[in-house]
Amino acid sequence: MNTRAWSFAPVSEKRTYALPLLLLPVWVVIYVFLQPAVDAVVHSLPGMMPGSMLTEAVRFFLYEVPKVLLLLTLIVFLVGIVRSYFSPERTRRILGKRSTFTGNILASLLGVVTPFCSCSAVPLFIGFVEAGVPLGVTFSFLIAAPMINEIALVLLFGLFGWKTALLYAGTGLLIAITAGYVIGRLKVERFVEDWVYAIRPGSGMVPDEAMPFAQRIEHGFESVRDIVGKVWLYVVVGIAVGAGIHGFVPENFMASIMGKSAWWSVPISVLIGVPLYSNAAGIIPIVQALLEKGASLGTVLAFMMSVIGLSFPETIILKKVLKLPLIFIFVGVVATGILIVGYVFNFIY
Amino acid sequence: METRIKVQVLGVGCSKCKTLEERVRQLVATHQLNVDIEKVSDFKEIMKYGIMTTPGLVVNGVVKSVGIVPKDSQLLQWIKG
Repeated sequence: MNTRAWSFAPVSEKRTYALPLLLLPVWVVIYVFLQPAVDAVVHSLPGMMPGSMLTEAVRFFLYEVPKVLLLLTLIVFLVGIVRSYFSPERTRRILGKRSTFTGNILASLLGVVTPFCSCSAVPLFIGFVEAGVPLGVTFSFLIAAPMINEIALVLLFGLFGWKTALLYAGTGLLIAITAGYVIGRLKVERFVEDWVYAIRPGSGMVPDEAMPFAQRIEHGFESVRDIVGKVWLYVVVGIAVGAGIHGFVPENFMASIMGKSAWWSVPISVLIGVPLYSNAAGIIPIVQALLEKGASLGTVLAFMMSVIGLSFPETIILKKVLKLPLIFIFVGVVATGILIVGYVFNFIY
Repeated sequence: METRIKVQVLGVGCSKCKTLEERVRQLVATHQLNVDIEKVSDFKEIMKYGIMTTPGLVVNGVVKSVGIVPKDSQLLQWIKG
């Protein structure tokens, strides 16, 4: 990864403001003209019969890849700016002395906007516990942070529409709140490794939160370079597989396997989804194509949530601070929440 | 007498942690600085500095940055002390 591209050392403020203002109209123009442009390109290609399987798959791929990447770039940029207002230190201060239930709600919401990487899960966990954040509240944060992220939301919005994106965010929050609350009620403090409580942390660094806005914009660009640079390949591969399913798998093929009538499809999806670890960017285009071929919404939601929300690497990392029973409780409670969501949506739709 | 400057990179296997360590080593090499570099990957040690996001950059026991890979010019200024 070439991190040098954006580190244009002392930037003049003017330039920092001018760049996004210049790029935004370009973005809008590309976004608006993408569909006709792709249609024109596909029709001009030799051997592309309108309505044939291959044509549809190619059209899907050529349209969805740039569309999703455009949305991703814009949203990641904006989220990068928003996140510059929410440091983990600040979140910890907010959650410090909260009572459980409001704490769970607040922690889940903050989990969405606070910058989080599963590799920082352990220092964050310890930092929270140290500051007196209740364990259940900490878990609400740890569940919401990976599950509801801008990448998942952009892909859901781009490929499914805003209703599904909202549905995902809403049910994800609900799971984070209740699962954290339940874990809190289970009195699991004894399953936290003893050394965690023994640590006397240093004062650390007080981050300078009075950041000038120009610096926050740079922060936005930095997130774009960081995140889009990392996930673009997943997007391309995911959409390519999705396009293949879209064009070549027969209608209703998935109905018998992941359809509503197959009651066992929800637990199976969760069982497969939990150990499976993928980026939201890779899994959502595939899942979208499955939905189109007759899989039911509840099953698809459950699969998506267990892949994105419960990740194997994160569990392994958390093992450093949590004893085994608590790891199982954590995975078990969240998986149960996901199961319920899956069944409820299969029932409603 | 000149005391050697000690730079510590705190982090466990995240990609930014590796980048930061590489960057620091590269800077020290190109500028031929008299600096000890240490990678700290034990959580118990890391938490002594009270940071909540990795990587952390510590120069002579003082936390300089968390969660980011600072720019080269900034890094150099800190390392030179």
